Amino acid sequence: MRVYALRRIVQVIPVLFGVSLLAFGMMVLIPGDPARAILGSYATPENIATLERQLALDRPLPVQYVTWLGNLLTGDFGRSYSLNRPVLDELTERFAATLLLAGAALLIMLVLGLTAGIIAAVKQHRWQDRVFTVGALVGLSVPSFWLAMIFIVVFSLRLGWFPTSGMRPAFGPSGPMDVLHHLVLPATALALVASGVIARLTRSSMLEVLRQDYVRTATSKGLTRRVVILRHAFRNAIVTVVPVVGVQVGFLLGGAVYIETVFGWPGIGRMLVTAIGTRDILLVQGGVVLVAFTYVLLNLAADLVQAVLDPRIRLQ
Amino acid sequence: MSAATPPTAPAAPPASGPGLWRRLRRNRLAVAGLVVLVIVVTTALLAPVMPLADPAAQVRSDRLLPIGSEGHLLGTDHLGRDLLSRLIWGARTSLSVGVLATLIAALIGSLIGLVAGFAGRRVDSVLMRGIDVLMAFPYLLLAIGLVAVLGPGLINAMIAISVVNIPFFARAVRGTTISLVSAEYVDAARALAFSPTRILFREVLPNVLPVIIVTMSTTVGWMITETAGLSFLGLGAQPPTSDWGAMLGAGRDFITRAPHVMIVPGTAIFVVVISLNFLGDGLRDALDPRLK
Repeated sequence: MRVYALRRIVQVIPVLFGVSLLAFGMMVLIPGDPARAILGSYATPENIATLERQLALDRPLPVQYVTWLGNLLTGDFGRSYSLNRPVLDELTERFAATLLLAGAALLIMLVLGLTAGIIAAVKQHRWQDRVFTVGALVGLSVPSFWLAMIFIVVFSLRLGWFPTSGMRPAFGPSGPMDVLHHLVLPATALALVASGVIARLTRSSMLEVLRQDYVRTATSKGLTRRVVILRHAFRNAIVTVVPVVGVQVGFLLGGAVYIETVFGWPGIGRMLVTAIGTRDILLVQGGVVLVAFTYVLLNLAADLVQAVLDPRIRLQ
Repeated sequence: MSAATPPTAPAAPPASGPGLWRRLRRNRLAVAGLVVLVIVVTTALLAPVMPLADPAAQVRSDRLLPIGSEGHLLGTDHLGRDLLSRLIWGARTSLSVGVLATLIAALIGSLIGLVAGFAGRRVDSVLMRGIDVLMAFPYLLLAIGLVAVLGPGLINAMIAISVVNIPFFARAVRGTTISLVSAEYVDAARALAFSPTRILFREVLPNVLPVIIVTMSTTVGWMITETAGLSFLGLGAQPPTSDWGAMLGAGRDFITRAPHVMIVPGTAIFVVVISLNFLGDGLRDALDPRLK
């Protein structure tokens, strides 16, 4: 296992390097003078001179890249000129909110997707299967930004169950329950689309496993159906689902942009959209790098979990 | 709706197999999806000759009229513009941008996949590491980063969505190409001293085509949704151009007073995308029953 883990970790390094190159490229590819583009309406001669020195903009590109990467690795993401504060401070605040939203959505996605997938597989060709299969396809086809607004109309405006938008600090006067209250609608809207993918995959993976000899053996030695399905079939079926959960985290982190915009959730997604509007390139770049690195590491974690669950994978 | 007698005439069977249409026809949901798509596309194409209100005409006195109002079947938006007319005209933008993005992603991605799978070794590992890097970004985030660089706009949004989808084609096509490179007929072509380009495009490509078609049919719905999404965020279509996403984005501000302004375009996206997904699933099963 240790060899496999080490090999996977080493494999991640060139990917992270590529991600950093692409993110750096964002700055280079902007047409015109980069310092002027980054500063936008804050491009006073002094600001331009400071930034050019900071980013080594007068030096060759490789030097610029190394300087930029060095700054990044020491936690210096540059300064957001539209917000007049260090990019890193803004990112940490925003990222916590996004992680909370995406984490809650991940939980909902797993519960919904796995349950629906298992039931559909066990009841193959019965009405439950049809309902869940079509339901999963509906989930896959609904634009999440639209679903989010429908949720607001139905559950906030008509029924008045949940607030329409916003979020207050968990440790403020309103307390963590208030955060939970604000979290239900956005997290569910974000999760529904992604759970369609998980449900479909769990179903096909379960169908595959249920055909295996060891499942028949387990049934014929008199184990209850529940034990056979959950302990013998599901534990093997989940192995193919785990890496896709890693991929779905990417959809959750990306989809959070829509959900945060609709619900006024103070996360990184909404920050990115605003930052593009104000052409705050360093803020966009920092946000993209942070989320992409998180995503790569989460996928690595998913692969390692898969290897723990299925020893065959680490012996390949 | 009966599966045996679809209301529209069946298209000529694609080159991929004479039995394709027969197999597809047995899938009731796929047929329903196809019918809906034919109706939507026909309506969008006929927009210029239909008796529709000017989609840009603003009538201040008729603002936010509800669905079913006289002269405005689907009501009006916050500027008093006819929603039905905007929906049909917007369909032209949304559908063509989504389909174009799919074609671009399919073309570039398939080319990368073909070359990587066929050339192998160095070329393969360089190309696929590049694809890995694209995949390392959460789906929508890369698109947003690209729009940040290129600047907001419909064409840039379309380019961004295409780039983000290139890996799906590259990976699927590469996998199939690798399995084909050792096939006997490819060996035969090599023995006949055909040039690598000729082998790639005349021998390998036709056999990879079903994979490309299936990947297109399963991703086109996503691409329509995502380009609409970028417009919704204000990063895609800019006024006066309007697609379904921009209509939705405008409707968001009136969600309390007039939710129908956002319900109408959202329903349209949903109906088109689910039809595409039904059809895509059917097409996948019909082209390659093993994938079922």
